[in-house]
Amino acid sequence: MKLARDTWLIFQRQLHLLLRNPVWVFVGVFQPVMYLLLFAPLLKPALGAATQAEAYKIFVPGLLVLLAIFGGLFQGFGLIAELRAGVIERSRVTPVSRLALLLGRSLRDVVSLMTQAVIITLLALLFDLRVFIGDLLLAYLMLALIALMTSAVSYGVALKVKSEDALAPLMNTVAQPVLLLSGILLPLAFAPGWLQGVAKWNPFSWAVDGTRALFNGDIGDDRVWQGLSIIAVLAAAGVYWAARQFARSVR
Amino acid sequence: MIETRGLRKSFRSRAGRETKTVEAVRGVDLDVPAGEIFGFLGPNGAGKTTTLRMLATLIEPDGGQATIAGADLLKDPGEVRRRIGYVAQGGSTWDESTGREELVLQARMYGIRKTEAQRRAARALEAFQLVEFADRKCKTYSGGQRRRVEIALGIIHEPKIVFLDEPTTGLDPQSRAHMWDEIRRLRADGMTVFITTHYLDEADALCDRIAIMDHGEVVAEGTPADLKREISGDVVQVGLDVTATGEAEKLLDGEEYVNRLELLDEGGLRLFVDEGATAIPRILRRVDAAGLDLRSIELHRPSLDDVFLTKTGRSLRES
Ligand SMILES: Nc1ncnc2c1ncn2[C@@H]1O[C@H](COP(=O)(O)OP(=O)(O)OP(=O)(O)O)[C@@H](O)[C@H]1O
Ligand SMILES: [Mg+2]
Repeated sequence: MKLARDTWLIFQRQLHLLLRNPVWVFVGVFQPVMYLLLFAPLLKPALGAATQAEAYKIFVPGLLVLLAIFGGLFQGFGLIAELRAGVIERSRVTPVSRLALLLGRSLRDVVSLMTQAVIITLLALLFDLRVFIGDLLLAYLMLALIALMTSAVSYGVALKVKSEDALAPLMNTVAQPVLLLSGILLPLAFAPGWLQGVAKWNPFSWAVDGTRALFNGDIGDDRVWQGLSIIAVLAAAGVYWAARQFARSVR
Repeated sequence: MIETRGLRKSFRSRAGRETKTVEAVRGVDLDVPAGEIFGFLGPNGAGKTTTLRMLATLIEPDGGQATIAGADLLKDPGEVRRRIGYVAQGGSTWDESTGREELVLQARMYGIRKTEAQRRAARALEAFQLVEFADRKCKTYSGGQRRRVEIALGIIHEPKIVFLDEPTTGLDPQSRAHMWDEIRRLRADGMTVFITTHYLDEADALCDRIAIMDHGEVVAEGTPADLKREISGDVVQVGLDVTATGEAEKLLDGEEYVNRLELLDEGGLRLFVDEGATAIPRILRRVDAAGLDLRSIELHRPSLDDVFLTKTGRSLRES
């Protein structure tokens, strides 16, 4: 009960600060729209898809997973600024739940990602993408779990390294192979066998496959539950680890 | 209200290849009764902040124990958190929030309901003369305004004890005087206030009792008056013509209240006495009866700096 209340408190505060920043709101909406309008038209010929809608079925899920990963991974920067301002230390002398300090922030990140996801989906509908609402909601769940995990990990790492100079290269180093080996931008179906073998070890590759299956209407596909389970376990582990960083002494 | 025994903390810091251990706090025993302003006086790096952060549950002590407002620091840090307020040395407000938002959030982090939190924030803004700026972003505040918000944040939940780490550093003399008044008001409301400072006059004028800290240890503790009395008593400086000085020396040297006597080069005497206030009239009577021409008479009381000097061999002003 206290956890829920504290989480809601931190979440409200973080969301409020986010919405107050017009630059962020603009970028958050503008960026995905640009992807969709400027990148997507290349896809139909590149993927050899029969129709534009066919190409979107492959590209949109990948784009959403990409946004979820990156939306989360770079949230740690904001936390370092808070650390420096003394806001985290101030929170830590109050009896507020340490898990709530993390969850409130991560849920804010999930909500902002979901907003982007909805905008993109609606736009893609205009371009003849068709997806069942049940499948879509399940895909959104996958995205929410991804964002929860990446933002929690990013916060945890931020509390450990305590400096932007260390966080930036670290996150980039993580993000690059994750991105390349997940088949996010182009499906790994085109990849040589060894690359597919390596990608099997990348949880995001499973997440992308699952999301694509959902957009394709194959809710019964094994890749759906496999992707969801893998990401759910990782998200739980990430949250647990990051909350412990909040509980430990910082600065 | 606060009782610590043997509180210790050392930090390991890496400089290149070498790891060096800094013993920031080495065995601090304190007893702070309820309702007083207790001051921690010491130079930079003495270990004041480290001690405070341990007492505020932010870092774990390496050794020792403490009871704060009846709660055990090591066994029940959660309960300690509920009973104390803490205002950090380096600030704690967020640039993009307003003072009012910060206060409401802080109250709510202590579990206070929304309407009550808003009421308390409004009251705190008034008490700390912040109403004008309440709804402006913190980044637009002056240093003094921001410090006032931070102090208000530390006491919004009406704790039994509040720790203020250098509450007046960086304030102009007027804001400082204001801050002293605010802190005295907290004491009047029944709060125990624990401050750190490296200002001698602040420790002297504001604190009921002080502990002088140096290199991680408490080197002296007591009321400012007691500490100073312990040191040396008072010094009375008598200004006389050079010609009259010799005679005055003969006159006063034998007096039983004069502990020691020095001649001044420019004429006159310096008398070391226990109690300046009672010595001065007696000196005056002797000098007057002998018909000597008195140019001036001054009473010098030992300062806390003298206390620091005798305890550590260094002056706080120089270090
Ligand atoms: N996190 C840390 N890591 C390494 N050393 C530290 C750390 N925190 C404090 N120290 C060291 O411990 C010693 C005591 O520091 P502390 O901040 O307690 O001093 P202080 O009395 O508050 O000084 P000031 O008046 O400058 O605020 C210093 O030598 C400082 O360098
Ligand atoms: Mg300090």
